Amino acid sequence: MHGFIGRSLCGVLQIRRYRLTMMDIIKLEHGSGGALSRKLTEELIYENLKNERYPELSDATILDIKGQFAFTTDTYTIDPLFFPGGDIGKLAIFGTCNDLAVSGAKPLYLSLAFVIEEGFPIADLKRILSSIRRAANEAGIRIVTGDTKVVPKNRGGGIYINTTGIGTREFRHRISGSRIESGDAVVISGPIGSHGIAIMASRESLPVGPQVKSDVAFLYPLCRNLYQLGEDLKFMRDATRGGIAAVLNEAISDTELSMNINESSIPLGEKVDAISNILGLNPLEIANEGVFIAVVRGSRGERALSLLRETRGGDRAQIIGHVDSAYPGKVILETISGGKRILDFPRGLMLPRIC
Amino acid sequence: MIKLEELIHLNDRNIILKLKEKIDELADELQKEIKIMEVCGTHTVSIRRNGIHSLLPTNVKMISGPGCPVCVTPASYIDNAIQLVEEKRAIVVTFGDMLKVPGTKGYSLSRFMGSGWVRVIYSPAEMLEIRKDTSKPVVFLGIGFETTVPTIASTFLRGVENQLEDMYLYTSFKTVPPALEALLADTESEIDAFLLPGHVSVILGMEPYRKVLERKNGIPGVIGGFEPVDIMLAIYKILKQLAEGRREVENAYPRAVRGTGNPKARAVIEKLLEPGDELWRGLGKLPASGLRIRREYENIDAVVKFGLSEEYNYEPAGCLCAEVIQGKVAPNQCPHFAKDCIPEEPIGPCMVSSEGACAAYYRYGDIG
Repeated sequence: MHGFIGRSLCGVLQIRRYRLTMMDIIKLEHGSGGALSRKLTEELIYENLKNERYPELSDATILDIKGQFAFTTDTYTIDPLFFPGGDIGKLAIFGTCNDLAVSGAKPLYLSLAFVIEEGFPIADLKRILSSIRRAANEAGIRIVTGDTKVVPKNRGGGIYINTTGIGTREFRHRISGSRIESGDAVVISGPIGSHGIAIMASRESLPVGPQVKSDVAFLYPLCRNLYQLGEDLKFMRDATRGGIAAVLNEAISDTELSMNINESSIPLGEKVDAISNILGLNPLEIANEGVFIAVVRGSRGERALSLLRETRGGDRAQIIGHVDSAYPGKVILETISGGKRILDFPRGLMLPRIC
Repeated sequence: MIKLEELIHLNDRNIILKLKEKIDELADELQKEIKIMEVCGTHTVSIRRNGIHSLLPTNVKMISGPGCPVCVTPASYIDNAIQLVEEKRAIVVTFGDMLKVPGTKGYSLSRFMGSGWVRVIYSPAEMLEIRKDTSKPVVFLGIGFETTVPTIASTFLRGVENQLEDMYLYTSFKTVPPALEALLADTESEIDAFLLPGHVSVILGMEPYRKVLERKNGIPGVIGGFEPVDIMLAIYKILKQLAEGRREVENAYPRAVRGTGNPKARAVIEKLLEPGDELWRGLGKLPASGLRIRREYENIDAVVKFGLSEEYNYEPAGCLCAEVIQGKVAPNQCPHFAKDCIPEEPIGPCMVSSEGACAAYYRYGDIG
């Protein structure tokens, strides 16, 4: 790993003479570790991401963490890079923070690594970096180390981002499907489907109107409010790839319990119902970037709802079902029509590179 | 045209519950087990996906029929398609569902994916673009029922008009009424009524079904749409006919289907194609049940151009797809079902196609 910034800053004045312009593109030399690499990291990445406490982004950073912490990593390959409601940068920050939040941890530090394809416009990289900065500020996290590599043209999808996150443990109880019991309530934090539909619509140039925006959001404030439930909060997971169908099945598939989900109580994002109808998609299988599922003790379902609804982004939270033992290991969906069927793990490749 | 907002009413629980009450009453009155075959794969999926079967009284059973195009295509047709790539060095163009169906030797067209020799398209019109892009012969795998045929036929007619060369059609088209006739003629058949396919009927209208169903030994047939309310309404109308001792073809999908169907689309079919005997997986060779390329267009017929051998029926050991297609066994009665036959690694086509009965049962279960 080479740092965002070279060991020495003495070359700065020299480099300034070749100031990067918006017309520029990424060249293989930007990843060589030489002068162009330094120019890229100093003028673009460092300028955008420096922070007061860790003013010099470097190969490795000493962190001051006490107690238990959570550690996670994720790689973002989404296509298109810019979509209604967000871009790959915002996604790379919030996505990793959300994985920490649903594990019961407060996101604190992130690493940030780019794999950029030769020929990628500098202007687009700038847009992504400023989006990363805004997302990091909103989340209150610090980017403390990173890396940039350039791959030859046609060997990459424009830009890929990896972020690794560290957060301190705030929730003292175990978050695990194995703690789920019969009678528990299944809670959803907000409306589903918007991310997948927004991505699909921009890929296929579907004229869906300005209302359809990705729901990509920072979930920690919502999760933190739920931590107050103590041991009555048993399971949390953000419903990204595979949608809530995947999350509900993951929660229950290794147990002797079943989940009864009421389809008509599941909140849907703007236009999601109509558009998924046209495209033949099931909203329950569509990826989200700002929604999570929680399982709480049955008697605490209403309390969980009010905790979510009083937080920004949680006003459409719902109880969508409950746990029993009628069909062990299965998720049973009571459909909008009133019929019943199994809600299985999504199968096949519905939509590649969704996050 | 129907507005999207109106579709929500077609999934209205209150309307469905009212229809359910009426269905329950009629089923009580009939006092015996009623087997309704949904001919079309899209119906199978909608019924399972919406859990319609779980709303029906215990003596009313929905059974899947032969209306999944991939499922009724003989495995030897896949062999020929593979031969087109391997020996004839032609580019094979197909709808995606065909890719994963194994031929008689156990492998499918999917082995050529990414090589450029097999191309998946969503609309037949994309054919013309592929034709312009390559110097190799291009063959389209023509499978499907009356619904799909008109757009494929019009694409090829346009190709002929524009003198596009080296573009061929390998037909395995099927027509629905002869299949209904074969199912009725089967003395082992326990089918009491047909839920007739909505999309096919948009093209056909009602008359072709009348010839088959409204006669001695005929059974009720009701054309239904694909939303839950549509399907419940069609089932209600079927039970009403049975209770009243009628055997008629009825249209419960009038917002899409006209009595006369779509004569323009039929004219396009008839210009390029003519009825011919066709081999169905599961049902065998049925007279005049296929659509073959007319002699005057034989220069676009892949069978003529490449000398493809005649198809024959072959079933992998123990695979009950043929029986499933005829409604004789339910998917979960097959010994392979959900064990060594799953959508990711299918043995028979009923587990491959998104419209296949086995795939629908596997995915949505059989909760009563």
